[in-house]
Amino acid sequence: MPEYESVIGLEVHAQLKTKSKIFCSCSTEFGREPNENTCPVCMGMPGVLPVLNKRAVEYAVKMALAVNCKINQKSIFARKNYFYPDLPKGYQISQYELPVAEHGYITIQVGGKEKKIGITRIHMEEDAGKSVHSAAENVSYVDLNRTGVPLIEIVSEPDIRSPEEAVAYLKALRSILVYLEICDGNMEEGSFRCDANISIRPRGQKEFGTRTELKNMNSFRHVQRALEYEIERQIDLVEDGEEVVQETRLYDADKNITRPMRGKEEAHDYRYFPDPDLVPLVLKSEWIEQWRKELPELPADKLQRFIRQYGLPVYDAEVLTAEKDLADFFEQTVKIYNQPKKVSNWMLSEVLRELNEARIKIGQSKFRPENLAKLIKIIDDGLISGKIGKSIFSEIFNTGQDPEEYVRAKGMVQISDSSALEQVVEEVLADLPKEVERYKNGQTKLLGFFVGQVMKRTKGQANPGLVNKILKEKLG
Amino acid sequence: MSISKEQVAKIATLSRLSLEEDKLDQFTGQLSSILQYMEKLNELETTDVEPLYSPVEQTTVLREDVVEKKFKREELLANAPEDDGQYFIVPRII
Repeated sequence: MPEYESVIGLEVHAQLKTKSKIFCSCSTEFGREPNENTCPVCMGMPGVLPVLNKRAVEYAVKMALAVNCKINQKSIFARKNYFYPDLPKGYQISQYELPVAEHGYITIQVGGKEKKIGITRIHMEEDAGKSVHSAAENVSYVDLNRTGVPLIEIVSEPDIRSPEEAVAYLKALRSILVYLEICDGNMEEGSFRCDANISIRPRGQKEFGTRTELKNMNSFRHVQRALEYEIERQIDLVEDGEEVVQETRLYDADKNITRPMRGKEEAHDYRYFPDPDLVPLVLKSEWIEQWRKELPELPADKLQRFIRQYGLPVYDAEVLTAEKDLADFFEQTVKIYNQPKKVSNWMLSEVLRELNEARIKIGQSKFRPENLAKLIKIIDDGLISGKIGKSIFSEIFNTGQDPEEYVRAKGMVQISDSSALEQVVEEVLADLPKEVERYKNGQTKLLGFFVGQVMKRTKGQANPGLVNKILKEKLG
Repeated sequence: MSISKEQVAKIATLSRLSLEEDKLDQFTGQLSSILQYMEKLNELETTDVEPLYSPVEQTTVLREDVVEKKFKREELLANAPEDDGQYFIVPRII
């Protein structure tokens, strides 16, 4: 059996965070009542004309610049024709022959190795509406609020060779979009969507095998598993002497399989042609330069800076810079309390755990950089032990309470100052000469009694470990 | 250049038109003669001419990203054959 390799290309649709739609002034706000965000333009009424949203153009160009694309200063819009009730005009306005940008790349890291993934093109288009199907009533309900929300489609070269690379590429793209603040990057809600083209071939073969297109993958995990399944399926077919059929397949997350999408493949004849309602988009050089200047520090640059500036291990820097919010939180904390590695340790363990449990982003949490800085400081100062710090973390994270106030109010402040404790221990031993005598004669169980006495005098706030240690030393 | 009856039938299907046999023949003839007439354009030398994507010479008409609501939902749903005050209702898709 020959060894196979997979060839994967990804198409990513990213919803742009503009206030209004791409070709009309309707709101793009999510979660409104059905058909509230509509007008004659996005409903495709006869005689209406689309007018392009400048902010959508800006966002598309910023993404193109961030992924090293060549910007086409002249691009045109085309009609992609197909029938579906959530597409009221009977065509989607998209870009075909001359997209806004082409020939870019990003660099991803997989298994400690860097790899360049080519980006074929980025084009602008409008989103379609949503339909809800009712089997009982034998009808479908159509909501056109999403119709006309601006999208960019980012098409990769078939440079991806494994599901792991596919996920790394998607995470990198998503991170860039979020850093640019042009997309929410929410896969579950559909503001960041991915389709995959995948084929297999014996390793060493130049020609591509027949590909299938995979849809309906709503998380990075789905993408990984759908691709793994599809690779196995295609290899089995080829090994059995059968042929891979070129088709669109849907991923079924419950069963973890892919299956052919129902419906005629003939519908794939989109008959693109330039949209006569829209004039060519010509980008002024000064706009492009302005937008280039406005680009923030991007994830890859931030990663390198975190390693350099804060002396963090690569892994720490990767996790912290994957999300802009997290990176900002880290930097704000370090600004208050300059212990980068300690801050990173707390963030990678406790903070991320709490965020995952609560299923929220750091920005939605009450826990602020000043809280984390204070917590680490009071541990460093010996006010509480690291152990106590971890035990109270969940509570202060969820309430946003100041850690020092919290431990003082709860009487959890420890005396961990060994010279202060030594003094108390000496007092206790001096006051109890008989017990000391008995201990020295072999009644070592009395150690607990001495610890109790020290605790009593310190109102329970002595560090017990330290008390034990000092007592043992003093009692020889 | 001419167009085959099969091609016309395919275009009709893609356009959700159902055509009787005699109409298919009629349109095949008509479309072919239109295409033949358009063929004349191919006689022109266009090597150094940039493709024209729009007969309008103006370029780049943009609007600012400002939200405006000009119509009420009930007005927009008014022409629908069927609705429930919120959604358009159509024959079941899947």
